[in-house]
Amino acid sequence: MIEIDSITKTYGTMNAVDAVSMRVETGSITAIVGTSGSGKTTLLRMINRLEEPTSGEVRINGTSTSSVKPHLLRRRIGYAIQGHGLFPHHTVARNIGAVPELLKWSRDKINERVDELLALFSMDPAEFRDRFPAELSGGQQQRVGVARALASRPDLLLMDEPFGALDPIIRTRAQKDLAHIQRKLGSTIMLVTHDMEEAISLGDHVAVMDGGKLVQYAPPAEIIARPATDFVANMVGDVERPLRLLSLISVSEIIEAGEADGEGLPETASLRDALSACLWSGRDALPATREGAVVGRVTLKAIRARAGAHL
Amino acid sequence: MKTGRILRSVLIALLLALVLRPDWFVPIFAPFAPDGGPVIYQRASMLSLSLSHLGIVTLASAAATIVAVALAILVTRPAGAAFRPLSRTITNMGQTFPPVAVLALAVPALGFGAGPTLVALFLYGLLPIFENAVTALTSLPRATTQAARGIGLSRLQRLLRVELPLALPVTLTGIRLSIVIGLGTATIGSTVAARTLGEVIIAGLLTNNTAYVLQGGLIVGLFAVLIYDALVQLELYLTGRMGG
Amino acid sequence: MIGIRTHISPPGLLFAILGLASLLVPFMTLAANRIVAGEGISVLRIAGPTITAPGVAAVTIGLAMGLIAKWTRLRLLGAVFGLAGLLWLLSRSAPILLSQAGEYARVSPAAGFWCLVVIFMLLMADALAALKPGPLMRGILLFAILVALVLVLRSGMLSDLSVLQEFSSRRDAFFSEFLRHLGLAFGSLAAAAVIGFPLGILCHHRVALRGATLPVLSFLQTIPSLAMFGLMIPILGWLGSTVPGAQAIGIAGIGFAPAFLALLLYSLLPVVGNTVAGLASTPPAALEAARGMGMTSSQRLLRVELPLGLPIILTGLRIVLVQNIGLAVIAGLIGGGGFGTFVFQGLNQTATDLILLGALPTVVLALTAAILMDILVELTRRTPEETV
Repeated sequence: MIEIDSITKTYGTMNAVDAVSMRVETGSITAIVGTSGSGKTTLLRMINRLEEPTSGEVRINGTSTSSVKPHLLRRRIGYAIQGHGLFPHHTVARNIGAVPELLKWSRDKINERVDELLALFSMDPAEFRDRFPAELSGGQQQRVGVARALASRPDLLLMDEPFGALDPIIRTRAQKDLAHIQRKLGSTIMLVTHDMEEAISLGDHVAVMDGGKLVQYAPPAEIIARPATDFVANMVGDVERPLRLLSLISVSEIIEAGEADGEGLPETASLRDALSACLWSGRDALPATREGAVVGRVTLKAIRARAGAHL
Repeated sequence: MKTGRILRSVLIALLLALVLRPDWFVPIFAPFAPDGGPVIYQRASMLSLSLSHLGIVTLASAAATIVAVALAILVTRPAGAAFRPLSRTITNMGQTFPPVAVLALAVPALGFGAGPTLVALFLYGLLPIFENAVTALTSLPRATTQAARGIGLSRLQRLLRVELPLALPVTLTGIRLSIVIGLGTATIGSTVAARTLGEVIIAGLLTNNTAYVLQGGLIVGLFAVLIYDALVQLELYLTGRMGG
Repeated sequence: MIGIRTHISPPGLLFAILGLASLLVPFMTLAANRIVAGEGISVLRIAGPTITAPGVAAVTIGLAMGLIAKWTRLRLLGAVFGLAGLLWLLSRSAPILLSQAGEYARVSPAAGFWCLVVIFMLLMADALAALKPGPLMRGILLFAILVALVLVLRSGMLSDLSVLQEFSSRRDAFFSEFLRHLGLAFGSLAAAAVIGFPLGILCHHRVALRGATLPVLSFLQTIPSLAMFGLMIPILGWLGSTVPGAQAIGIAGIGFAPAFLALLLYSLLPVVGNTVAGLASTPPAALEAARGMGMTSSQRLLRVELPLGLPIILTGLRIVLVQNIGLAVIAGLIGGGGFGTFVFQGLNQTATDLILLGALPTVVLALTAAILMDILVELTRRTPEETV
């Protein structure tokens, strides 16, 4: 368990992070989200003491981080950043093995771990071990960056905009991979992002930062359902994009043959209306009507598929 | 910035005094002169040596600038592209030729006097200017050159109105390097009988008169440092105006 | 017609025109003694047709072989062929010219010969640039050229030339000045590295120190060499006479010490400046990651910053080495020794061949050092460049 206890960072007279407290359960993903200048990165960097807190403290499994030398602390905490930060002069294997090397693992143990991680990230060890970072695609570089951060089986993995440099199509894939690997390894992850959608889709908990303060810290569903402030509501607003998209598409576009129970919906209605009718009445499908006559049905599954296509 | 300005004015005043009123420095240089020997170089006035020195450097650098920029324009046009690898080799290898050696090698060909010095300065001065001008002309922002084509400028207009002005700051850096090397090489030119300030230093070395060495060395050193500084300021001004 | 024209290498054409023109310029100089100016002799009159005809033919064919752009190996061979022709002409005609002249007569190559040497070297360089040899190949080529040069000089086929007569009368002095020259150039390089690397690393970490150091060093760099060497004399003279024991270790106003110190001062800017630039060339994200994974600052320096900055740092050493080999010539003026001794003695006595005896080896030394250091820099740059 990670406990952050009223941690504050002051630059001059400005509080970049202002008395933030939160608890992170072992084995969960916490997404810290905010606009630039909200203090989210500073908060993250205070956990592995890349920034020293002005006051307050962080405890990992009950031990204060200030009781350990910073560089020794960091070797226990994984750290992955935007633009991967791989060492261009080291091979993939040496990059991934960097922290185990610092921890003086045996060569065999390091090699074994490197191959294990490459396989975990679906990269063939024989093919990728000896490549240089410049010989990898952007997505591969990012995966090696995360693999490097996980190499020494850290207590905690900190990620600062890990997908920031990826193009949108690969980003979705990388997010799914990360979620998959986290479930498999049971790692504790704290991830900084400016993208509320990413925070909601990845985080077991979402922490929203604004002006150095933690304005809401809750599971994603609660963030969407009950935003604590207008700022959170605004950030969540972006997430409704698929819903807005649905309101632009008419039912006629996804009518399929078949029957459904209950009250029908005119085919000129929007998919958003159809979705809310489904959720309201707890049905999986609705009859679709043209000039009062049933012409087919609309299923929840089809609506979801349509919404998903535009994510 | 302010200390820089004060330091600059002090150095300029010192240089002017050394060139125009060398007698003022008799008490300072006297301890370095041999007993009873002359303290201040008398065979020529500092002013005439300075003018001759600067004249040689100016002439050689001006000629080198014109030729080097013309060659740089040539090899960056499609017609001259075949010469680009060769010109790169020549500049790379040419700059490893020691300036003194170039001067020494010019003597067998041209005899003694200002001639070999001028030629050595010219040849050696070509290289940094050419190198920088080619770099500048080949690394212009693509958007700008495309825009210049887009608004219908002819090749010549593009060269004169867009490419050369944009290449000016980097080219100027090359000219500065070439002038600084030129000032130094011209000093050595006095060993081949060119009339430069090096004459004072050489006279001091030959007669074991450290006062001469000091006098000549200070003047040449100050000239070099101040001219270098002035050219750096000019570059900063030009780069600043172009938003670089 | 157009097909052929596009296959002709423009530089090759230029070389051919300049090369043929150079054949019209005096090829050899014959002087009554080592001091007086000589009389130029055209290539056709240096010897009988049995010697000149094959030589001139080899030169002309060599130039012609350089014409076709695509046949790079042929162009390279043309350069070798042409140089061999020049060597033939030089070595065969020198004894003949001397035998027709007086006892103290001196014979040396003239402008025509030197122009042709330069042209064939450029042809070779142009062909090599197209072949893009790897670092190993370049090293082998350099070695082969140097071996060929030594073999030609030791064979005695050129011993009638005036430069080599100057050499043979100063054989011992030549090698001791050679060692002195190397000592000055490499010694000051080593001293600059010992001082400059730590200073550069300190400057990398302290912005204030960097702001103060680099401008001072670059101003030092602008001071003309003769003035710098000269100004060292009173400073070291004073040191030598006031600091006890200083004179015992060789610190004096003239000689090796002021030359060494002047070279050292010139060397500091490239060493410190390139060390700073090399260390600063580490991608910021890689440095952030290194810190984040728990590397100490010395681990970051040794494992990340230095290896990544090495090519730039070595480039600084290349600049220093080439520059110092050249500047060490000036040491000859203040009694510091080195090849400059011959250059300035030659200038004093108006003995041009003595000047050449100092200047030519300096040039060869500087070129060799530059090529070797370039190879070294390229070898350290083997990791692929960052593309993202």
